[in-house]
Amino acid sequence: MPMSRGVLCALAGFVLAVFSCPGPVVAGESGVASPSPVDAAPHIDAALAAPRIDAALAPYIVGAKRSGYVYALPETRAMQDDEIMNPGFAWVERGRGLWTEVEGANGKSCASCHGPVESMAGKAVSYPKWKASMNRPVTVERQINFCRVAAMKAEPWEHESPQLLAMTTLIKQQSRGLPMSMADDGPMREWIDRGKALYFARRGQLDMSCKHCHDDHPGEKLRAETLSQAHVNGFPTYRLGWQGLGSLHRRLETCYEQMRAETYPLGSDEYVALEIFLTDRGRGLPIETPSVRR
Amino acid sequence: MADENKPRVRVPKTAKKGEIFEVKTSVTHPMENGSRKDKDGNVVPRNIINKLVVKYNGKDVFGGDFGTAVSANPFLSFHLKAEESGKIDLTWTDESGAVFTTTETITVEG
Repeated sequence: MPMSRGVLCALAGFVLAVFSCPGPVVAGESGVASPSPVDAAPHIDAALAAPRIDAALAPYIVGAKRSGYVYALPETRAMQDDEIMNPGFAWVERGRGLWTEVEGANGKSCASCHGPVESMAGKAVSYPKWKASMNRPVTVERQINFCRVAAMKAEPWEHESPQLLAMTTLIKQQSRGLPMSMADDGPMREWIDRGKALYFARRGQLDMSCKHCHDDHPGEKLRAETLSQAHVNGFPTYRLGWQGLGSLHRRLETCYEQMRAETYPLGSDEYVALEIFLTDRGRGLPIETPSVRR
Repeated sequence: MADENKPRVRVPKTAKKGEIFEVKTSVTHPMENGSRKDKDGNVVPRNIINKLVVKYNGKDVFGGDFGTAVSANPFLSFHLKAEESGKIDLTWTDESGAVFTTTETITVEG
């Protein structure tokens, strides 16, 4: 510890000088030269450059991919991790109520076919998923409505309705901690490319694309906000700014609004394509639903 | 959606006599502050939770009067001292007169 000793000597010299101790005090008296600022600089640089990554964050980092959790403040992370503090769990509980609620002409509930909701464990990791019968990919939301219409003969829930949010959150929460692993072959390839084109397309009065924030400046500030890498593993997410839970499509809409661009309808093919591209881009990150973000 | 505003509470199942334990609670409530307008421009009437009463075996141990500065879906945590086994009742009242209650039980050992 040559440096700290040197610093101590220098400090002692300072204190003695202040108290006008007789006789000259030489910092190097102890035989260790006090470091010059030039010597100290590399040490400080190394400390600043060293990534301040907590071991608790390790599950949220996969290679260069960092979940939004990593960029969140410790207080926000603590909120997400505690089931009572995390307001998103209120939607999980509502979803539980809806799971066994009989609706529609067939007199069925979700539980009639699927049994307990725990049977959904691990299902959400492969969504959005190609559905050959519909000749299109389906999101968890769309699959829920497909079940409601086809199996239950009930009315589909509107996108962003409290019921659809609650059910989506409940189902995705069953896969909490499991890595996103959507299929990227066959017809899904085309949708990934379509989403990619949207991701890199400049839009709106600010003439920005998603890339200009989330690929170029993650971790940096946009006014008071910290930009993230735009991963989708935490959706539906409880946003403190919304004081409520919202879907990924609502978040995409918000981003488009912030770019002063025209938005697409929630659940539209454009948002589905972006969702597919972003899911592919964040492959391997654990599902965090319901996450808490600023 | 009958359990729309069901409060969520966490109380330890057991505690030693004299131990200080934490109670965490959260309730889903929009906490309308009365200055928001709906799609048609009509003012959404103010409706916030304005009272919480916590009773431990019927005795008042904690409570609060809330104002407009409290966020939607309020979360609270507080500490109680374990005296005897029994029930902890939480009662939230909002301005529309709705009352949300939950009862938790705790076993005090020793």
